[in-house]
Amino acid sequence: MELLLNLVIYLPLLGIAGILALRNDKATKWISLAATSATFLLSLPLLFSFDVANSGTVQYLTEGSNIMAGLDIKYLIGLDGLSLLLFMLTTLMGPIVILSSWDSIKKHLAGYYSMLLLLQTASMGVFASLDLIVFYVFFELSLIPMYFLIGIWGGKNRIHATVKFFVYTLVGSLIMLVGLIYTGYDAGAAIEGYKFTTDWRFLSGSEYQIGLVEQTYLFLSFALAFCIKVPLFPFHTWLPYAHTEAPTAGSVVLAAIMLKMGTYGLLRICLPLFPNAFVEFAPYLATLAVVGIIYGALVAMVQKDVKKLVAYSSVSHLGFVVLGLFAFNTIAVQGALIQMINHGLSTGALFLIVGMIYDRTHTREIEDYGGIAKVVPVFAVMFMIATLASIGLPGLNGFIGEFLILNGTFSSEVLPQNAFVVFAALGVILAAVYMLWMYQRVMFGPIKHEENKKLVDLNAREIGLLVPLVIFMVWIGIRPTDFTQYSEVQVQELLESSNEKRVAIQQSADSEDLPQWASNLYDVTDELASKIKNQ
Amino acid sequence: MDYLHDLNVFLPGVIVALAGLIAIIIDAYKNDHGAIFGLTVFSLFAGLVLSVIDMFGPVGEAFSGMITYGGVAAFGNSVVLFGALFCVLISREYLNAIDYEYGEVYALILFATAGMLGLASANNLIMIFIGIETMSICLYVLAGLIKERKTGAEAALKYFLLGAFSTGFLLYGMALLYGATGSLYLTEIAEAASSDLIFIAGAALLLVGFFFKVSVVPFHMWTPDVYQGTPTTITAYMATASKSAAFVALLVVLSKMIPAETADWAGVIEVIAILTMVLGNLIAIVQDNIKRMLAYSSIAHAGYLLVGLAAGTPEGYSAVLFYLFAYTIMNIGAFGVVAYYERQQGLDFTDVNNYVGLGFKKPLMGVLLSFFLFSLVGIPPFVGFVGKYLIFAAAIDAGYVALAIILALASAASVYYYLRPMVYMYFRDPHKDVPLVRSGIVFRSTLVILAALTLYFGIAFGDLHNLLSSYYAADWVTHLMGH
Repeated sequence: MELLLNLVIYLPLLGIAGILALRNDKATKWISLAATSATFLLSLPLLFSFDVANSGTVQYLTEGSNIMAGLDIKYLIGLDGLSLLLFMLTTLMGPIVILSSWDSIKKHLAGYYSMLLLLQTASMGVFASLDLIVFYVFFELSLIPMYFLIGIWGGKNRIHATVKFFVYTLVGSLIMLVGLIYTGYDAGAAIEGYKFTTDWRFLSGSEYQIGLVEQTYLFLSFALAFCIKVPLFPFHTWLPYAHTEAPTAGSVVLAAIMLKMGTYGLLRICLPLFPNAFVEFAPYLATLAVVGIIYGALVAMVQKDVKKLVAYSSVSHLGFVVLGLFAFNTIAVQGALIQMINHGLSTGALFLIVGMIYDRTHTREIEDYGGIAKVVPVFAVMFMIATLASIGLPGLNGFIGEFLILNGTFSSEVLPQNAFVVFAALGVILAAVYMLWMYQRVMFGPIKHEENKKLVDLNAREIGLLVPLVIFMVWIGIRPTDFTQYSEVQVQELLESSNEKRVAIQQSADSEDLPQWASNLYDVTDELASKIKNQ
Repeated sequence: MDYLHDLNVFLPGVIVALAGLIAIIIDAYKNDHGAIFGLTVFSLFAGLVLSVIDMFGPVGEAFSGMITYGGVAAFGNSVVLFGALFCVLISREYLNAIDYEYGEVYALILFATAGMLGLASANNLIMIFIGIETMSICLYVLAGLIKERKTGAEAALKYFLLGAFSTGFLLYGMALLYGATGSLYLTEIAEAASSDLIFIAGAALLLVGFFFKVSVVPFHMWTPDVYQGTPTTITAYMATASKSAAFVALLVVLSKMIPAETADWAGVIEVIAILTMVLGNLIAIVQDNIKRMLAYSSIAHAGYLLVGLAAGTPEGYSAVLFYLFAYTIMNIGAFGVVAYYERQQGLDFTDVNNYVGLGFKKPLMGVLLSFFLFSLVGIPPFVGFVGKYLIFAAAIDAGYVALAIILALASAASVYYYLRPMVYMYFRDPHKDVPLVRSGIVFRSTLVILAALTLYFGIAFGDLHNLLSSYYAADWVTHLMGH
């Protein structure tokens, strides 16, 4: 099984080799489809034989030897409860994005499909890596294909969009790299015989505790990179551009997978490594998340371009995920995890749908549509399901995620103010407003434009690539435990151990060693420290 | 027997220098450029193999302590020879295309390389001086190769005047150091070091001389003009081999000769590193000429290297050595592709605005340039990332976190100009149809090998890093100090 996981991750690269060897446009498409489909099929055994009761332990672990002598940096790949579903989402989206580009991409096919395949490998690598340096390598590698996907096959303002995307994300990542190396040395000092370690299993464990001052800076350096990637308000400005200009497949991968790297990083790295800072900064970041929820929704409401509207709805939806993570309890974090999947499915589907209609009319302006539900009934049904899933209608997936997040936030000890829940819930209502309003303007009413009367409904390929997404939307909506079970044990364990670690670090901190701001921030008082010592 | 041993350990330098002499003779009598090219490639390759073997061998001194062999010196020699070899491989076709292929070019490159080998293995100030001068004088001539054009003449003259000026500093510094300590041997100077004014002034002037050679701010003014006016493959040679040699010598001088307790040079290096990184990257952003852009980029990279020196730890030194190698690979590659585009007729193909649509016309060249540029940015899994990572790690481990953050921000700014050629090559629609010539097999495969190396050392860098670290293992330092 370890071998299978590696095979799944690197299979797309084999596809690239095939594409370059044959250099034939028709073969290129089929090779890409074959490579991604095989990736998906081969990843299924990983899901089926996953040991749910032990989701807290890393499974299918591949552990390489140290790359450099004396430094514990190694190839470390495996899946656990946090990463399994996101990994599966990535493999599922693979064939779907390939199929979605089947007819719409007409220039430089070899380059296009190579980039999609490279992106596939990089994304799977991000979710499967358990060594922070390896994580960083895949995290950065994913930038290169996306840069070209937007830049070459994107819309009119593609250059501005892609450069902004690249520079913005890289600034965050480089600062994170500094933090990462610092963490590595700090942790290495705690193990016998090593100078440096970035093994996640050690870093997240209870033996390794980071001092409060370091924790603050390190948390901020990591959180900045992840918040830009998510993107959390006010770091979201690159997203609408990138989404609008990207080709359909690019938008889908960006929304469904790449944005999740940010929220996943917050959960995988920031929470267990820096629990004190995570908890102390939770109210601030949760505030930003709620602002993002409302702001994204309000801006989405006034958009004239359907794709931009979906892009801003992403800002709003990911606000929920971040809110759930910082609520720091099992229900909310579980909700955040399932909401990541939901957002991938429903926003992915929405981008696909927008792409399909764009292929036919070459416009994304809401104005240019109206009344097309009668002309393209199948399209209307698919669009409706995706819209409702995105709004969070009970019975569909979006509801589960938002409900769990709001529920968890309500009972959160870290975010005691009810205002978080109240305002976030407002975002759900706003989502209904902008999505349904958009749907109504595009789909219903009289047909405003003559040329729309001749629109062709979805073909078998397009239906085929939406159906799996719809199935999962309904499945998660009806039987969420089929999916949440994978992470349940681990989330519980992780939160418990992180909280214990947090308390231990706080109690062992001595206010005399800390600067004033740190003792204030972390509420370290002299009495507490002396009390511990006397015991 | 002693002489044989000495010659034997400096065999790469001997081979290269002899090949230079033979090249002149062949040029004078037969004017057979093919033979000279073959001889040059062969001698550089032989030298490279020998010094790579030497990297694993014992460490010691030769020529009564004038040079060292093995260890850092062997690695420096390998980088220099690697750079020279790959530059020569891409030079022939390019120089032929622009009509400046003379036999002397190869002889000059060989002599300059011999100088660099001496510089990189130097253990004595006089040896450093001889190395730098042998190298520089050949480079002055090479810079002016395109003598009919104003930029060529400007490059040669500017390089010569400023180079001569900096040599003055260097020599003055050496004289003061000799006055202060009574020795020219690096380790003996270190033993006799004191914090009196003469010693400090000597060390400072010596450093100024070095800073000129490795072109760091504020001693960088010559670089863009010289890089622009010199034929591109020769620029690649200057930017990589000569910089590597000078950097290795600087590293050796700093680590061996100037003990940290007598002169707090880390502070000086730190300030200069910050200035170099920030200015180099910021000015590079506004360059339209890609050769000038790469010139400023090479200044910025010198700044990154200084961060490793400022760290002043074994990790820092081995990171600098690794980075020099990484920098050599990716820079020759980038200049090589630029040289390829420059050969096209019709437009000025050093102007990045004329790169529109080129990436799709000859896909291989476009992909290669993307490889090298992403590597220069420092994106994994390319070798540039590993280099940058090691510098970061050394700086953070030595407590220079602020310096590491400035390095991070500076290199984030560098993304913008490294992406620009790709933006033009791929993202803009071509406005004019320029037929691209087909590159020769040697040229093309050289660049492909370089690209493969950026990827190979980006992933499997462990062994090289371990080897470099072993040079700075504790026993090695005590071995040096024992002398």
